[in-house]
Amino acid sequence: MSDTGLHAILDRPNSYIGRSVPRPNLRRLLQGRGRFVDDIRLPRMVHVAFVRSPYAHARIDAIDTAAAKASPAVVAVVTGAELAAYCTPWVGVLSHLEGLKSAPQHAIAVEKACWQGEAVAAVVAESRAAAEDGVERVSVQWQELAPVADMERALDAETPVIHADLGDNLAWQRRFEAGDVDAAFAAGTVVEETFSFGRHTGVTLEPRAILASYEAAEERLTVYHSNQAPHMMQNIFATHLGLEEHNVQVICGDVGGSFGIKVHAYADEMAAAALSVMLRRPVKFIADRLESFVTDIHARDHRVQGRMAIADDGRITGLEIDDLTGIGPYSVYPRTSGIEANQIVNLTGAQYTCENYRAATRVVFQNKVPMCQYRAVGHPIATAVTEGLVDAAAAAIGMDPIEVRRRNLIADDAYPCKAPTGLSFERLSHQRALARLVELMDYDGLRAEQERRRGDGVYLGIGIATFLELTNPSAMFYGVGGARISAQEGCTLRLDAKGNVICMAGVTEQGQGAEAVMAQVTATAVGVTLDRVRVITGDTDVTPYGGGTWASRAAGIGGEAAVQAGKALRAQILEVAGIVLQAEPASLDIRAGRVVDKADGRDRVGLDEIARIAYFRADTLPKDFQSELVATRHYVPKQYPFAFTNGAQASWLEVDIETGFVTLLKHWAVEDCGTVINPQLVDEQIRGGIVQGIGAALFEHCLYDDQGQLLNGSMMDYLTPMAAEMPDIEVAHIETPTDDSELGAKGAGEAGTAGAPAAVVNAINDALRPLGARLNAHPATPERILAALGTVAEG
Amino acid sequence: MEPMVDIQTMVNGTEVTARVPARQTLVDFLRYGLELTGSHVGCEHGVCGACTLRLDGDVVRGCLVLAAQADGARVETIEGVSDAGELADLQAAFHARNALQCGFCTPGVLLTAQALLESNPAPSRAEIRAYLSGNYCRCTGYHAIVDAVESLAVGGEGTVP
Repeated sequence: MSDTGLHAILDRPNSYIGRSVPRPNLRRLLQGRGRFVDDIRLPRMVHVAFVRSPYAHARIDAIDTAAAKASPAVVAVVTGAELAAYCTPWVGVLSHLEGLKSAPQHAIAVEKACWQGEAVAAVVAESRAAAEDGVERVSVQWQELAPVADMERALDAETPVIHADLGDNLAWQRRFEAGDVDAAFAAGTVVEETFSFGRHTGVTLEPRAILASYEAAEERLTVYHSNQAPHMMQNIFATHLGLEEHNVQVICGDVGGSFGIKVHAYADEMAAAALSVMLRRPVKFIADRLESFVTDIHARDHRVQGRMAIADDGRITGLEIDDLTGIGPYSVYPRTSGIEANQIVNLTGAQYTCENYRAATRVVFQNKVPMCQYRAVGHPIATAVTEGLVDAAAAAIGMDPIEVRRRNLIADDAYPCKAPTGLSFERLSHQRALARLVELMDYDGLRAEQERRRGDGVYLGIGIATFLELTNPSAMFYGVGGARISAQEGCTLRLDAKGNVICMAGVTEQGQGAEAVMAQVTATAVGVTLDRVRVITGDTDVTPYGGGTWASRAAGIGGEAAVQAGKALRAQILEVAGIVLQAEPASLDIRAGRVVDKADGRDRVGLDEIARIAYFRADTLPKDFQSELVATRHYVPKQYPFAFTNGAQASWLEVDIETGFVTLLKHWAVEDCGTVINPQLVDEQIRGGIVQGIGAALFEHCLYDDQGQLLNGSMMDYLTPMAAEMPDIEVAHIETPTDDSELGAKGAGEAGTAGAPAAVVNAINDALRPLGARLNAHPATPERILAALGTVAEG
Repeated sequence: MEPMVDIQTMVNGTEVTARVPARQTLVDFLRYGLELTGSHVGCEHGVCGACTLRLDGDVVRGCLVLAAQADGARVETIEGVSDAGELADLQAAFHARNALQCGFCTPGVLLTAQALLESNPAPSRAEIRAYLSGNYCRCTGYHAIVDAVESLAVGGEGTVP
């Protein structure tokens, strides 16, 4: 046992790290006694509903609010121009995405609506139903404008420019080239594919929700918010509502799923907060499901042309991608809508040794729901393009797809190393992960079964996807570009008067288990049992400053802050114990809530007794000694801008070639997130992420007509994965801790979503290969599969 | 004036007399009228299952029933069924198996799973998946939920974790 090693925390006695202990905060949720935003009611609270644009692009000529104001129980009807006096507009750009541009966006549209669903007026009433009655009585005079619907034509000369001040519809572009790409393509066998990734959206079961309460006498705003990043929102509310930051409190209690949906500044949420200031009373806004579909950020919407060159010996020699993405009319604030395209350029092919790489991406404005970061940002696209091309290349040279991957994945002993784009890899385990996957799924056995069943006219497919995941981001992700999004994370630990430990953390709980992880690390670092730790998150008045939950960072960054705070509190406790016991603090340790002799574990005194003496009988301690039983530590990754993780997934499925229906039979994932703090929670993050990826691969698609009208904006029409269609999912781990922290934990929240679409679509193509059919359109719907088979015409 | 309806109903064993808007759904009445917030509102069009509750013993969608329809009926919500101890085994299995993440779907999933186990004490994994196919969960991917329910299947291969 060592106190000083690189990963000393992993050697603590009675450690909870690596144990699947149940989450402490589940009991209330199991009894229906969680506290979600809509469960909270405040005195004089009113509800807001919005008048939303029925057009994708239209000028607002006039708004008649008189009838709505006379509607029963309506308190106020407010237009964009009126609310602009209370809330300044914002522009979603980051300086490190050089050239990224966007237009000022208001809480409520002022001159024109830029997507179907954008709010153009607010009705505030004593109930949501009364507010909706009022909405129906608002009359808007519209002047329809030509919408930009098709991203492929957004940059054409004859296409209208959405924001005239910006000059064109190009939000951002990036080009990258490394090595000798032309020479590679001149020499090898070349495969070329066009991939499309439809828009989809988060469909968090709890819709977006906010309750803002302004106390005019103190100029103080309290916001109960279903959100991932309370400190970020505190800054945004203060900045745009003209309040002092310390007078804004953001409280994120139970959050009913987020997945990146709830980490952005939404116009209607800003409007609710501004209305609270304007009306001087609490205002609640709960998005209903229909407005969620036209206001929650959408994700993806990419078209990628990809080419890969491969030598006869299976070496990938060249890779080229050209990406186009439509982001709606605004780059979303404050993370921007350029990050996903940037990630695609950075991540495509990054698991392989190929050094000849060329990439281009264009990010264009259009009149659809704004697009922004959603679980696994860019990863599913980079992985599906890379792994789709690898399968095509393997088929082209007649080599098994596993073997091609073995020959090209970065060797496990090659680290540290860099990708052609400059990404730094500390240590990854691509080769071991693939080998473990092959063993776990019994690859050879499945191939034999596939062959055998084809004789019966059954088309089974095996799809493989290797991938990387960007986790634990440093300030290089957002902070460097000027966004007030904290990459560092804080943890405060306090010994209470009974010897329990109160843990206050900047990371937030979205159901992934962040509070459980913080409790496990705290209990281990201090030396108490888990039931002695209480974790408090999601309150800017209480917790140390932190970024919250996004980019798979809570366990790795928040956890390390807890390690360091735990060690500091342990030292403080042992200082008091040393005086009480007349022993050297260094000769003592804390185990299971008791101070013991470090050498032999002999029991000396309980933490309850230490707390009693320190808090109530300080008169018995030396006059020149003051006990301190609270410690705060912060942490941010320093050696690497990002802690990359890696993994491999496999899908096993059947395609019914008569109907185009896909039956998922089994899914496997091998994943390396470094130190695993709670294996069960990591497994469930992987499984949940995989099913989200399966949704994108097979079902989920926001369908638009050529006028920019969403055609399937309800849960009746937009398909999400349900229990009956989902497979069992087997998960295995490899542990390669990062040396950037004592804990060694990297992130795991997005790995499932990063790899699943590629694995599923590769499996479909594997099933269809003997029929000469192939498709690269996500979602791979039955109609598209039948079109690929030539059974029906292209839709 | 908004049309109102007088109702008398038994909610979690307590008699409730109320005057409700004729158009109000049962789940809105429970949540906003009685402040029983365990039944959640996820879609308001009968797809997601978050508002699942019991009406005269049957599992129903609280968003597809009007409060006025509960007149003379017996309503049970997650709070009442939980306090009665009826769900204790399922709750323990869900807790041990981490068969919930954000917990927003959980009340509906538990009530539905309980109805399944009552009608079919030994369901297979496929039967569990089919029975729960009207309860949307975005977090878990369903595998853990199926494990937890399976662990209570009589004579099944599952074990209480």
